[in-house]
Amino acid sequence: MEHVKCQCGHVNPVGTFFCEACGKPFQHEESASLLDMKYEGSARRSITYNKTLVDKVWSFFSSVKVGIWLIVVTLVASAIGTVLPQEMYLPPAVTPSEYYADQYGVFGKMYYDLGFNNLYSSWWYMILLASIGISLVICSLDRVVPLYKALKNQGVTRHRSFLKRQRLFGVSSATTEDITIIQENLIKRRYHVRIENENILAEKGRFSRWGPYVNHIGLIIFLFGAMLRFVPGMYVDEAIWLREGETKEIPGTDGKYYLKNEKFIKEVYSKEEEDKVFDEAIDRVGNSMIPKNYQTNAVLYEAVGSTVAGQEPKMKKVTDYKIRVNDPLKFESFALYQTDYKEGELSKMFLHLEDKTTSEKYGPIEVNLANPEEKYDLGNGYRVELLSYFPDFYFDEEGKPSTKTKVPNNPAFVFKMFTPTTPDGEVSFVAIRQNIEPAGTNKYKMTFAGIETRNATALTVRKDLTLWILALGGTIFMIGVIQGMYWNHRRIWMQRIDGEWWIAGHTNKNWYGFRNEIEKVLSGTDVPQPEDKVLIEKIS
Amino acid sequence: MKKNRFVFRTVILLILVGALAFTLYQNFFTETEKVEIGKEAPDFLVTDMNGSKISLSDLQGKGVLLNFWGTWCKPCEKEMPYMNELYASYKEKGIEMIALNADETEIAVKNFVNQYGLTFPIAIDKGQEILNTYGVGPLPTTFLIDASGTVVEQITGTQTKEQLEEYIKGIVPK
Repeated sequence: MEHVKCQCGHVNPVGTFFCEACGKPFQHEESASLLDMKYEGSARRSITYNKTLVDKVWSFFSSVKVGIWLIVVTLVASAIGTVLPQEMYLPPAVTPSEYYADQYGVFGKMYYDLGFNNLYSSWWYMILLASIGISLVICSLDRVVPLYKALKNQGVTRHRSFLKRQRLFGVSSATTEDITIIQENLIKRRYHVRIENENILAEKGRFSRWGPYVNHIGLIIFLFGAMLRFVPGMYVDEAIWLREGETKEIPGTDGKYYLKNEKFIKEVYSKEEEDKVFDEAIDRVGNSMIPKNYQTNAVLYEAVGSTVAGQEPKMKKVTDYKIRVNDPLKFESFALYQTDYKEGELSKMFLHLEDKTTSEKYGPIEVNLANPEEKYDLGNGYRVELLSYFPDFYFDEEGKPSTKTKVPNNPAFVFKMFTPTTPDGEVSFVAIRQNIEPAGTNKYKMTFAGIETRNATALTVRKDLTLWILALGGTIFMIGVIQGMYWNHRRIWMQRIDGEWWIAGHTNKNWYGFRNEIEKVLSGTDVPQPEDKVLIEKIS
Repeated sequence: MKKNRFVFRTVILLILVGALAFTLYQNFFTETEKVEIGKEAPDFLVTDMNGSKISLSDLQGKGVLLNFWGTWCKPCEKEMPYMNELYASYKEKGIEMIALNADETEIAVKNFVNQYGLTFPIAIDKGQEILNTYGVGPLPTTFLIDASGTVVEQITGTQTKEQLEEYIKGIVPK
C-alpha cells in the first residue's frame, strides 16, 4: 500500500497524518484536540519504511532526538577537552605522559590515559562531528521534501475538522461586505489570497519555512570546508624557530622556500622615550615592562633547481620583510606570523688565559658555541687548544662529563693551554663557575671574560585555502537563520459552513503578532476575533 | 519507487561515510612516516668527517645501513661499537654504513669518533635536513636500504649486536 486516498479525492503518501489538500485527519477524526501541524502532517518516509539495513541506518540518523544527543555528547566532550591543557599547548621538551601525572596527579594521569590530551583530533571526536553532519543531511532531506510537497499541494477548501482543530478558531455570522473588507485588508497586509468556491486561503511568509534547511546547507558547507583542511596542499599550520643569523627551510613549502632571521627585536615602552603624558600609564605596570613591538627582520629565499637533502640549495632572494605581530610576511598563499621568541641564548663565550701567580691575562679567545674552533693562537707562543666541548654539561651515571642536549645551556670545555713556560701544555676543565685541574698544579687557568647572546624567533607558517568555503558556509548559515527568524509563515482560512463563516488561523511562530494582525485584518467589520485555544487554556 | 529510494539513500550514505573515512584516513594514516617501507629511500649528499662526499644514489648496488645519532644519546653510544665491528666484517660483502649526526659541533663528533675508534663513514647532518626528510623522531633510528635503494626496515632504539647482524644479513646484495 503506497498511497492513501482522501474523501476529497486527493492521493496522499502513506503515513500522512492529515490530507495534504483538504486537511482531513486520517486518525481520530472526531477528536477536538489541537491538530499537530508539525511538518504539515506529512509522512516522514524514514518512519514509514524501515526494511533494509540502509533504511535502518537512515532512520537512525533521521531522528532529531538522535541529532540532539549527538550535539550534547559533542558539547560535553568539547568541554572535557578544556579542563586540562591539550598536548600541543604543553611547554616544549616535556614528556606528556609524565607531565600530566606530575602536574595534575591521578586525575592528570587518567586524563592522559583516556587520550583527552589530544581530544580534538581524536578519531572518536571526529566521528562525533561527522555524525552530526550526517544527521543534519538526513534529518533535513527527510523533512524538507515532504514538507515542500505538502505545502505545494495544500488546498484552499479544508475539511471542517481541520478548521475546528486549529489553534485560532472562530465562528461568526459575517456579511458578504465584511468578507470583502477582510479580503482587502489581507491583500493590504501582503497576504497571498486564493479563493475557491467562496472559500478563502490567505497565506504569507511560506519562505520562512525553508530557513532551517538553508541554515543546514550552510552548516554542511562549513563542515565540508573543515574537512578540506585534510586534503594535502589546502592547509598548513607549522612553526619554525630561527636563531639570529640562521637560515632554514620553511616547513610546509616542500623545500621550495627558505627563511633567514637577520635580527629579532623586542621593544618596550620606556619613560625616557615616550611622551610625559604616558608616564602614569607606564608606571602602573613598570618602566620598560610593557612590550611595544616584537619584530623579526627576515629574508625570504627561493631554492633554485633541484635540491638534495644535506646540501645547501642555490638560493635566490625573493624579498625581505619586517615581520611584526599581526603584520605577517605573505608570499604565494603562505603567511608567516610572529608568535614567540627567546632572548639571550648563549652564542659566544670569551675566555682569558691567565697566569695564576701574576694574574696577567692573555687573550681573550672567542669560542663560538654553535661550532667552536679547535685552536686559538694568542701570539708570542701563547695558544689554547680545545680538546672537548659539552654544550649542556652534566656528569653522567658513570661520573663522566657529558652533555644532556646539543643546546648550549651550560657549556663546559676541556682546554689545553700552551705558554712559553709550559711548552708541553696544561689541561684544564672549565665550566660555568667551575675550574677543575687533573693534577691541581697548573700555572695557568682559563677565566671567564664575557658572553655574547643571540635571540631566537618563532614564526607560525600558515596557509589556508579553505577560508572562503568556511565564509560561504557561514554566510548561508546566517541567511538561513535570518530567513527562519524574521519571517513567519501565517495562514488564515475562511469558509462558509452551515450558513456561518468559520475562520481558522495558523502560524509557525509568534502567535501574539499573528493575533494582533488578525485583529487589524478584522477591523472595520463586526466579525469577532477568533479565539486562541492555547491562551484560553492558560487563563482558565 | 522503492528501488529509487534505496539507491538514493545508499548513495547519500556512501558519500557521507566516504567523506568521514577520507578525513580519518588523512588524519591518521598519512604523514606519520615520511619514509615508507618498500618505497625508495630519499637521496642525500653529505661530506663525512674525512672530507669525502657520500651520496646515497652512488651506493646503488650496495646494502646501506643508515643510522641517525647524537653524542648526547646514550643508547646511540652503546650501539656504535657494534656497528663498527659489523662494518669490518660486512664491508667486503657489499654493505655500507653511514652514521648521520644530528647537527652537533665538529669537535664533539670528532672526539666521539676518536673515543670509539669508529671506522665507518660518519657525517654531520647540518640543519638536520636529512633527519627531517626521513622523518626521524627519537634517536637512534636506523634505516636498512637494499641494493636497489628501497627502504627495507626502520628500527628505533638500541639493538644488540646480534639483532643488528640479522638486519644487515637481510640487505647483503646477492
